[in-house]
Amino acid sequence: MKCRVCREPAIIDVPRHNANFCAPHFLDMCRKQVLKAIDDFDMLTKDDRILVAVSGGKDSLAIWDMLIDLGYEADGLYIGLGIGSYSDVSGDYARAFAAERGLKLVEISLRDDYGYDIPTATRATRRVPCSACGMSKRHLFDKAALDGNYTALVTGHNLDDEAAVLYGNTLRWELPYLARQLPTLPARNGFPKKVKPLVRLSERETAAWCVVRGIDYLVDECPMAAGNRHLNYKDALNKIESQSPGTKTAFYLNFVDKVAPLLSAFALSDDLVLAPCNSCGAPTTGEVCAFCHLVKTASAHEPVPVELITGRGARRR
Amino acid sequence: MKVLLRNPRRELDIPGPRRVHALLNDLDLNRESHLVIRNGTLVPSDEELGADDVVEIRPVISGGSL
Repeated sequence: MKCRVCREPAIIDVPRHNANFCAPHFLDMCRKQVLKAIDDFDMLTKDDRILVAVSGGKDSLAIWDMLIDLGYEADGLYIGLGIGSYSDVSGDYARAFAAERGLKLVEISLRDDYGYDIPTATRATRRVPCSACGMSKRHLFDKAALDGNYTALVTGHNLDDEAAVLYGNTLRWELPYLARQLPTLPARNGFPKKVKPLVRLSERETAAWCVVRGIDYLVDECPMAAGNRHLNYKDALNKIESQSPGTKTAFYLNFVDKVAPLLSAFALSDDLVLAPCNSCGAPTTGEVCAFCHLVKTASAHEPVPVELITGRGARRR
Repeated sequence: MKVLLRNPRRELDIPGPRRVHALLNDLDLNRESHLVIRNGTLVPSDEELGADDVVEIRPVISGGSL
């Protein structure tokens, strides 16, 4: 295989572009896709104060690296979720990445700062693990961005993430969720601007960026995410993609271009009923926000080790 | 060749030579959701892997809360 650009030996084939690339031209392709997403969806300017939500995995480290590489100034935010050794190791990767590049990493610990962790919250709320985790992260991302006077919160959601969420929401015709599934959410009603510059790159491409750039990241999957329905959606979409390259790109980007504008009324409707949480001041539809409810319930519960939730801690390592 | 797989971690001995796409097919792994790495370098799908190679097949799918 030869690189499409220079005809030197390729290191990766990208079927959705019907192209192969050598290392330098693969990196160029990734940069162009990120810059196109930033430009097409009015995501960022060089004047933005950017906070990148960093997990220690491939996507968040890749986008932090790309933004710095492209000349943006960006700090990182790491949330210690308390998922046993998985969280310990993920934090190590995030800290090492920041330290090696002289970047600022803001850290929050659920256990130290709010008195709970994700395994305990899962047991205390009797809900699926990703529910408490996602809600905690979204709330704390918003809070950290606003508290730190950042003008943009960047997350590492990639094309596969967005296509999988779109697939799930479409299967159920979740119109309010579909209406909000945009690559850029402008600042509004106490929420910071949120952007997803990786929406034009697949997760195979973000992982490849990390390998080519020599970025060490946590490869192992979250032990609490096994069987998560988004993983099943990704698997289904990848089976289609392997038969028909470009399907995920068309599914997601055509949704954003052609369908999302038709759903904007559904997105606006929930703005009308948001008011500050009586406890923390975050925008909410009730008197007390879901995060404050979670903190109250989970922090009152005896700490629960992750192995008691997954039942397979021993065999995953 | 030695093949390192993840989730869970395991190592397989597989006869070579064999092309990357054939190796992935034999293991029932989708190219869309895996990278193949030899000596720290990515290997494209038509590359031939030798009998003495040590390769990692790295899954790229992450899940959890989005």
